[in-house]
Amino acid sequence: MNIAPETAAGVRRSAFSILAAALGFGHPEFAARARRFARRRYANMIALSLSFAAMLFGVFWLLWILWETLAIGFGSLNLALFTENTPPPNDMGGLANAIYGSFLMAALAAFVGAPVGVLSGIYLAEYNPRGWLAVTVRFVNDLLLSAPSIVIGLFVYAVIVIRFRQFSGWAGAAALALIVIPIVIRTTENMLALIPSSLREAAYALGAPKWKVIVKVTLNAARAGVLTGILLAVARISGETAPLLFTALNNQFWKSGLSGPTASLPVTIFQYAMSPYENWQQLAWAGVFLITLAVLGLNILARLISATRNGSSS
Amino acid sequence: MTDTTTRAAPAVKMAVRALNFYYGKFQALKNIHLDIPANRVTAFIGPSGCGKSTLLRTFNRMFELYPEQRAEGQILLDGEDLLTSRQDVALIRARIGMVFQKPTPFPMSIFDNITFGVKLFESLSRLDLEERVEWALKKAALWDEVKDKLSQSGASLSGGQQQRLCIARGIAIKPELLLLDEPCSALDPISTARIEELIAELKKDYTVIIVTHNMQQAARCSDYTAYMYLGDLVEFGETEQMFFKPGRRETEDYITGRFG
Repeated sequence: MNIAPETAAGVRRSAFSILAAALGFGHPEFAARARRFARRRYANMIALSLSFAAMLFGVFWLLWILWETLAIGFGSLNLALFTENTPPPNDMGGLANAIYGSFLMAALAAFVGAPVGVLSGIYLAEYNPRGWLAVTVRFVNDLLLSAPSIVIGLFVYAVIVIRFRQFSGWAGAAALALIVIPIVIRTTENMLALIPSSLREAAYALGAPKWKVIVKVTLNAARAGVLTGILLAVARISGETAPLLFTALNNQFWKSGLSGPTASLPVTIFQYAMSPYENWQQLAWAGVFLITLAVLGLNILARLISATRNGSSS
Repeated sequence: MTDTTTRAAPAVKMAVRALNFYYGKFQALKNIHLDIPANRVTAFIGPSGCGKSTLLRTFNRMFELYPEQRAEGQILLDGEDLLTSRQDVALIRARIGMVFQKPTPFPMSIFDNITFGVKLFESLSRLDLEERVEWALKKAALWDEVKDKLSQSGASLSGGQQQRLCIARGIAIKPELLLLDEPCSALDPISTARIEELIAELKKDYTVIIVTHNMQQAARCSDYTAYMYLGDLVEFGETEQMFFKPGRRETEDYITGRFG
């Protein structure tokens, strides 16, 4: 059963015309509709290229920063960085004391700030969220969240450093904790608010007391988000310079504790990058590289945590 | 009200007397009088917003979680007024199980989902807990599907399984009364059929109240039906009577779909 080619073409053409008629082609309104459609496509193309250009603009600078950091910082990486202390000008050395100081202060700030932040967040989300106290705390917290970090540094300088007549790692950690707290409060409250009230009601319906509902059910359900908030807060403070400038100050030597002036990566970078000495500038780049790497690592970890959570809840 | 003098009326499990309920200034329930028979299934039907879920939520004082909501009147569970009871509200809720419209598995394993409520009021050995979990899951017709993965997250189950998990969780605490708030509205017909079988099974041991939008469901699985409209209890009686010769015109219109 061979159909002659011209017949097949005819069948195709007529099928096409039936389809076209069904879709409204050839209808007087069709021309207007096609024009509107063309205009919409045109507008879509413009919007798409504009947002693409904006994205490229942002990513360009980001990649450039990363590239410079990696290229220069990677070159100055060596083992001495982690084993030797910050050297005098034009001498060999590393960043061991600054890395250690940064780690201690960030760890203490997170250790103090995270529980305070999580507990406050629980209060705001679970206990009378519309009461006057919650409204006030939320407002003050928003202020604190957007306060420039140098203001927090000055505050701790006035309250702790002047009172004890000494710069110290403790004061630095306090300033960093003051940055951690509002971030953690905000994320904890937001994450708890996302938990549907039906989940809470289901737990109450079994006769559970409020604290148990919060600990076992709501906080547990929001755990990935809360953890992510804490990690992002740690990432944020590991690069903060301003709050440490007049609290922890800096120190050229190794110190096991936090009493007295304490070295930190950001302040060391600040000091060394502005210096005229070649070796200090190299160390500053190495420090920038380390901080970038740490922040990147923390962000990836935060992503992984929230990703596993989303995977299991779907 | 239907005349039940011809048959032996079942004992009354819960009696509602002159119940008024307010969301702020809005009155959602108007002077409700109702006797819930023991070991029977009672269905609440009526159009959206008629107050059937609200009525259900007064029975375990769930409304108290929200400060702007309040109830007046009496809700007598075995003669004891729940609204003025000096008992801890948690103890009252433990006697009354509740299952919600959407499945609400807790963020923990299947096993822990069920023991969560049990552990609140009983201290059982591990063995007894395992026994209780198996018993509840079997009652909820879920045991065969999950017995090999009790340590998996409750969220990993399908919607119908999650809902049966919630029912298992509700009966694991051995409540006297089980409140089901549109338990099948998010489920496919197969899961719905399973849960309806389960309801028929449950009434041997429990008094069950089910809120439903599905008229066939009310007809299929309830012994008594209450029709509500705009916060009023319009008619209450045996399901058969309500569906075949309702006493009131409004009820008939709603049931036959001529409503509105």
